Amino acid sequence: MRITQGTFSFLPDLTDEQVAKQVGYALSQGWAVSLEHTDDPHPRNVYWEMWGLPMFDLKDAAGLMTELRECRKVFGDRYIKVNAFDSTLGFETMRMSFIVNRPVKEPSFTLRRADGPGRNVRYELETRRG
Amino acid sequence: MTDTRVVETVDLQALLRESRVADVLDELDRDLIGLKPVKTRIREIASLLVVEKAREALGVAGAPLSLHMCFTGNPGTGKTTVAMRMAEILHRLGHVRKGHLVAVTRDDLVGQYIGHTAPKTKEVLKKAMGGVLFIDEAYYLYRPENERDYGQEAIEILMQVMENQRDDLVVILAGYKSRMDRFFESNPGMASRVAHHIDFPDYSDGELLQIAGRMVAGLGLRLSPDAARALGEYVALRRRQPNFANARSVRNALDRARLRQARRLIEAADIRASRVFGSAGTDAPVKEAAC
Amino acid sequence: MANPGPDQATATQRTTGNTARRYQAGVLKYKEMGYWVPDYEPKPTDLLAVFRITPQDGVDPEEAAAAVAGESSTATWTVVWTDRLTACENYRAKAYRVDRVPGASDQYFAWVAYDLSLFEEGSIANLTASIIGNVFSFKPLKAARLEDMRFPVAYVKTFKGPPTGIVVERERLDKYGRPLLGATIKPKLGLSGKNYGRVVYEALLGGLDFTKDDENINSQPFMHWRDRFLFCMEAVNKAQAASGEIKGHYLNITAGTMEEMYRRAEFAKELGSCIVMVDLIVGWTAIQSISNWSRENDMILHMHRAGHGTYTRQKNHGVSFRVIAKWLRLAGVDHLHAGTAVGKLEGDPLTVQGYYNVCRDAVTREDLPRGLFVEQDWAGLRKVMPVASGGIHAGQMHQLLDLFGDDVVLQFGGGTIGHPMGIQAGATANRVALEAMVLARNEGRDIAREGPDILVAAAKDCRPLEAALATWKNVTFNYASTDTSDFVPSVSVA
Repeated sequence: MRITQGTFSFLPDLTDEQVAKQVGYALSQGWAVSLEHTDDPHPRNVYWEMWGLPMFDLKDAAGLMTELRECRKVFGDRYIKVNAFDSTLGFETMRMSFIVNRPVKEPSFTLRRADGPGRNVRYELETRRG
Repeated sequence: MTDTRVVETVDLQALLRESRVADVLDELDRDLIGLKPVKTRIREIASLLVVEKAREALGVAGAPLSLHMCFTGNPGTGKTTVAMRMAEILHRLGHVRKGHLVAVTRDDLVGQYIGHTAPKTKEVLKKAMGGVLFIDEAYYLYRPENERDYGQEAIEILMQVMENQRDDLVVILAGYKSRMDRFFESNPGMASRVAHHIDFPDYSDGELLQIAGRMVAGLGLRLSPDAARALGEYVALRRRQPNFANARSVRNALDRARLRQARRLIEAADIRASRVFGSAGTDAPVKEAAC
Repeated sequence: MANPGPDQATATQRTTGNTARRYQAGVLKYKEMGYWVPDYEPKPTDLLAVFRITPQDGVDPEEAAAAVAGESSTATWTVVWTDRLTACENYRAKAYRVDRVPGASDQYFAWVAYDLSLFEEGSIANLTASIIGNVFSFKPLKAARLEDMRFPVAYVKTFKGPPTGIVVERERLDKYGRPLLGATIKPKLGLSGKNYGRVVYEALLGGLDFTKDDENINSQPFMHWRDRFLFCMEAVNKAQAASGEIKGHYLNITAGTMEEMYRRAEFAKELGSCIVMVDLIVGWTAIQSISNWSRENDMILHMHRAGHGTYTRQKNHGVSFRVIAKWLRLAGVDHLHAGTAVGKLEGDPLTVQGYYNVCRDAVTREDLPRGLFVEQDWAGLRKVMPVASGGIHAGQMHQLLDLFGDDVVLQFGGGTIGHPMGIQAGATANRVALEAMVLARNEGRDIAREGPDILVAAAKDCRPLEAALATWKNVTFNYASTDTSDFVPSVSVA
């Protein structure tokens, strides 16, 4: 199944040229871009693995694109996302986050239900790989 | 695809005007004193870029341009200043996307321990992408006396990017002529990637005095005739001393003179003379250079 | 600004002597009693209020302003000797400025300053009892409207503000870089719990981030609240499993008593809902209480501004919505319906943008064309996510993004559920239109101008969007707004 996390998951996968334009936009806003990857896209899996530190002080998207090529060489069958971090007072958080690489076969999720008293159901989500 | 070609001729002058590169070249002529051969070479390179752009518009496929450069010359001959203008020219002609200059030395690229160098070099390269990377005294990257020196690692990463990401980055290596020559001899791979060599000659005494005049004017001051004469003597003497650094030596001398001027004015408790730069033997640093 | 009002009005007063005399005895006293202090310099710790007043014929605007100051602070209709047992100077509100409203002959802006010590800390109930308690029924005024307020930082800091705020909401939902999408379940009355949950599931699966109970969905005979909660949470969890995204349904916990609201909130929490909602009509005390509960239980608190139109819409009387928005940010809500500008409900674009600024700014600047009279420092109080809801559809995506930016929830109720290919398709159309528009904007395209082309291009890869554009292409709500700014941007203003 197609995981639809991230800013642009309902569009056809972005080409590298499109990714570079989005990164260019983030840099023009003064945000620092970074890459993260994972093989477990569980919606509560907040901490994907960092591919190096956020790239502060970049002027051009080429820097991130170079790293993205490197990251794909190593983790081509994982999810990779671009994050843009804004350190402005009052934000100090991510301002963009979009997937730029997906495994060929995406995992899905098993929904477990446990019946409790008063029809109260307890839900659990588990990643089902492969 | 030749039949789809619609453009048959290109107005080179119009192209030059559109890119507004002529402005930068004129500024270069106006702002920088001397440096005749440098200015000529820069004009040549700019012309080459314009012509290549025109050929591209005509659909005449040329080999992709290699724009990496080497600026050689003694300290204080204007290499960094010209590199900044070069970044602007390359930006206006569309050869780099942003046109900023990142100036580094060995310490910014080479690490202290195993595994430290690659991330450091890559970090610098990423920041420079879209602009120009200026590596001052580039030959320090190569230390043949120590075969485990991490500099070699930085050189290899540099060469890879210089080759594969020409669209993303232009590298300018800079330093003393003789040492750069030796560096290229020992690193033929690097030599083959640097197409343009520009030599920056030392300034003449007269040129240095002109430069001093501009520096002083920039401070809202002027040289008294005495001071100008003293400075002339100083420059002639200083040139024969070790570590002479052309315009930089002039700037240092003027900085010291400002200190002395300030002391003189405080002692005289008189600010009226503060716009005139010193009488001979008081502010000007002649004695110091002569001893 | 010039201050032409008083002389003019005094002239009017002279010509209509009878009316003037009728009110003179009572009204003149306010000015004499120290409520009109034209040379007063407001202190940084004062609360400021700007009222739009329409004095009765013949009433001097300065005296009317003084009456407003008096009636909203210490005064009563006559002098009382017990004033002299207090430091009454300090407790009197001071009207210090009266400006004629541009383009209106009988209306004035009255500026009133209140000392900080007049107010209890952390209580909107106390604040509103003072500022709008009596004065709006006051006979010497034909009408009065509270246009704007400035709260000193010292007062702001007595409130906890939004329990979650925009930044934390996004981090919890893991959604960045675009407006969030929602839809109100329709029809709003009559669906059984099971059928209702079906709509929730389809809409979330299709690509929405949130669905929403409407304001009057509580616990009616056709659907008791527990039923609704259970079926909706099944839908939310199923949609999460099918998309890998966090989803939510605003469970409306509005009820007849506070005890019942807490009971419903607790059940929503037990079921794992990330968000609950209440209606504005529950009142300020209930809002502040449920805000505290939300803060303790990591719940996003959605505020539906049900009922506000009764007092915010008419320009000459009531309370401006920008003031309600300020009170709600202090009281502490996370989502607030703040208008669409392009949809079916009241609000011109600039005025609505003013409400959005109040919700989202760190410091709201004075901006007269947007109806903002005063600068407001929010002292680090978290930001409220504005919600645009009512009569909007995918074909307006460029206008909405251009007007409101990223930090907004766009709610397409009819625009999702009314889609000719079904609810899922409706949701997908909205999500694709939104993502395509954000992508294009970030690429540097002028979406305000090129928006329709961008949508058409995106629809080539998305049948549901194509159908949505075809269905609603001509739907607009071009009626004149009643609540518009009195100030137009002028090139001559320095």
